[in-house]
Amino acid sequence: MKHARLLTGALMALALAAPAAAQDDPVKVGFIYVGPVGDFGWTHEHDLARQAVEEEYGDAVETSFVESVPEGPDAERVMTQMALSGTDLIFATSFGYGPAVNNVAERFPDVAFEHATGYQQDHPNVSLYNARFYQGRAVIGHIAGHMTETSTIGYIASFPIPEVIRGINAAFIHAREVNPDVEFRIVWAYSWFDPAQEASAAEALIEQGADILMQHTDSTAPMSIAEDRGLYAFGQASNMIDFGPNAQLTAIIDNWAPYYIERVGEVMDGTWEAGNVWTGIGDGTVAFADFSDAIPEEVRESAAALRDRIAAGDYHPFTGPINRRDGSEWLAEGEVATDEALLAMDFYVEGITSELPE
Amino acid sequence: MMRLEKRPSPSRLWTAATPVLAVVVTMVAGGILFATLGKDPVAAIRLIFWDPLFSEQYASYSRPQLLVKSGPLILIAVGLSFGFRANVWNIGAEGQYIIGALCGTAVALAFYPAPGWYIFPLMVIAGAFGGWAWAMIPAILKTRFRTNEILVSLLLVYVAEKLLAAMALGAMRNPDGGGFPGSRNISRYEPAANTELIANTGLHWGVVTAFIAVIFAYVMLHKHMLGFHVRLAGQAPRAARFAGVRPGALVVFCLGLSGALSGLAGMFEAAGPAGRISIDFAAGYGFTAIIVAFLGRLHPIGILLAGLLMGLTYIGGEIAQLTLGLPAAAIQVFQGMLLFFLLALDLLSNYRVRPGRREMT
Repeated sequence: MKHARLLTGALMALALAAPAAAQDDPVKVGFIYVGPVGDFGWTHEHDLARQAVEEEYGDAVETSFVESVPEGPDAERVMTQMALSGTDLIFATSFGYGPAVNNVAERFPDVAFEHATGYQQDHPNVSLYNARFYQGRAVIGHIAGHMTETSTIGYIASFPIPEVIRGINAAFIHAREVNPDVEFRIVWAYSWFDPAQEASAAEALIEQGADILMQHTDSTAPMSIAEDRGLYAFGQASNMIDFGPNAQLTAIIDNWAPYYIERVGEVMDGTWEAGNVWTGIGDGTVAFADFSDAIPEEVRESAAALRDRIAAGDYHPFTGPINRRDGSEWLAEGEVATDEALLAMDFYVEGITSELPE
Repeated sequence: MMRLEKRPSPSRLWTAATPVLAVVVTMVAGGILFATLGKDPVAAIRLIFWDPLFSEQYASYSRPQLLVKSGPLILIAVGLSFGFRANVWNIGAEGQYIIGALCGTAVALAFYPAPGWYIFPLMVIAGAFGGWAWAMIPAILKTRFRTNEILVSLLLVYVAEKLLAAMALGAMRNPDGGGFPGSRNISRYEPAANTELIANTGLHWGVVTAFIAVIFAYVMLHKHMLGFHVRLAGQAPRAARFAGVRPGALVVFCLGLSGALSGLAGMFEAAGPAGRISIDFAAGYGFTAIIVAFLGRLHPIGILLAGLLMGLTYIGGEIAQLTLGLPAAAIQVFQGMLLFFLLALDLLSNYRVRPGRREMT
C-alpha cells in the first residue's frame, strides 16, 4: 500500500515537473488587426510582417491573428481571448486599441503587449512602437509639389489625430517648398478602411481640381480611381502598384518586419522589456516603392536626396521657420520640432486653407 | 414531383421548428464552407458554438462576455420588433443608439467629478430620451409629411455618426487626453459607471434592462390592448382602423419605443463595456439587432434566444479565427447564412410540400 502511494506520488511529481521541462513549446504571438488582411494597405503590411516572423523562427513560433476588429470593447474581448489561449506576445496594430490594450495588460501581467502608434502606457507590460511616417510624407509632398499641374493636391484623411495631422503638415510644407502655389484639399473619411467612402472622397477631390491624390486611409480605392482618371496618386502603407500601374508615383511602405522579428526574439530569450520606439526611414521602418518613371529625372534625384538626408539625420522635416495656420510662430528659424510637440500636434501649419475639424 | 401548397394559416409547428432547423442547416453549410477553406469543419463548429460556453480555457471569460455582447442586441431588437410587427420600419436603431450614448455621456461629463447617487439614473433618463428624440424625427416626418421612415431613419444614422465624431473631437473630448479624440473614461467615474452587478457574470444594468424589456414586451404583446393593436395593424391594417387604431399614434409609439430602447442600449454601452465615447464607438449593434429581431421571429422570447445565439457566433467566431486562422469574412458569411436559411425555411411554415404535380384547373 505504502509503496503504491509513494509510486503515485512520484508519478505526480513527474507530471507536475513536465511543463517546466517543455521549454521547447513554441512562443505564441497574436496579432489584432483593424482592417482585413486583404486591404493591401496598413493591415496587409502588418500581416506581411507576421509572416516574416513565422519565416524567421519557423516551428519555434506560432502566430495567430484576428482581423477587422472594431476599436472598443470588441478589441478588449479579442485580446483577452488571445491571452487566455496562452499567447505570450500580442501586437495591437491600431491607434484606437489603446484603452483596450491597457485594460487587458492589467489583467495579464505575464503577457507582453505591443501597441502600434499609441500613447497610453499604464502598465509595465505595455510597449509602444510607431514609425515616423511624416518623414515619408515629406518626400511624397516634395514629389507632389513638382508634379501637380493644377497646383491642387487632394488628401484623404482618416481621423484628425496628431498622427494624421502631422502627415498632412509634412506633405504640405515640402510641396509648398518646391511650388509656392500649392493648395491642399482635405477630406476626412472618419474611417481607416472604407473603400466606398474613400472612393467618393477621391471623386470629390478630383471635382475640386486635384490632380494628385494622397491618402491616410488604408484601401486601394483612391489609387484605382486615380488610375481610371489618368491622374497620379501615392500608395499608402503598402506598395499599391498593382492598383495603379500608371498612377502610382511611389508609395510609403511600412516595414514592420524587423521590429516584429526583434521583439519576438526577445520574448523567446526572456529579455523582452516594455519600450517606446519611434523609428523612421533611417531604420528601414519607413520605406518607398520604386519612384515612377513618370517623375522627371531631376525630381527623382532631388526626392532621393531628401530621403537620404532625412535617413542620415541631416535634415528634419519640421525645421523652422514654421508658423501655425493662424500665423503665430511655432518654430523659429533653424529650430527643430521636439518629439513631444510632434506627438501632440493638433494644428495645421500656415498656408493650409481648410479648417481642422473640431 | 413536388409542389407547394399555401397553408390556410402558418403552421405553428414549423414556425417554432424552422429557427432550430435553420441553425442546423447553417452548421452544415458553414461546415462545408470551412472545409473548402481547408479547415476542420467539426473543430470550427465546435469552436464557435461549444467552446465559448463549455471549454475550460475560454468559458469562464466568454460566458459573461456573451451577455455583454448580446445585451444591447436584445434590448434594441425587442424595441424594433414592435414596429416591425406593425409595419413601421425603424432601420436607424444604430443612430438612436449613438445619440442615446451621447446624451448619457453628456450627463456624466456635466457632473464630473462630483459624487451623487442620482447621476446614473439621470444618465439612464437622458439616454432613453436621446434615442427617443432621434426616433421622433422620422416619426413626425412620417405622420406629418408622409415621408418614408425607412429612408429617414437610415439616413439619420449617418448624421448621428458625424455628430459622434464631432463630439469625440470637440465638446466631449477628454481635456486630459493629450489632444487625442475620445471622451473621459466614464466607467472609471464611480457615480456614472455601469459596473458589473455580480462579479464575473458580465451582468450590467444594460443586460438587466434587456431582460426586463423581454418580459415587458411579452406581457404587452400578448396580454395588453396596445400589443393587440400593434399586431392587428401589421396583419390587417383595415381591420385595425375599424378597431379604433390610430395609425399615426401607432407610428409614434413604435418608433418612440424602439428609439428609447436603442438609446438606453447605447448609454449602457458607453458607461460600461466601452467606457467612453470615441469616434468609432458605434460597432453596428443597431443593424445587427435587425437580424436578431427577425431571427427571433419578432417574438420577445425568440429575440432573447436569437440575441444570445448571435452573440455566440461573434465570440466563437473570434476564437475560431485565432485558433484555426479562419478569415473574418468566413465568419461573416456564416452569420449571413443564418438569416438566409431562416428566411428561406419560412417557406415551410407558410406552405405545405405535397407530392404530385400542380393541378390544372
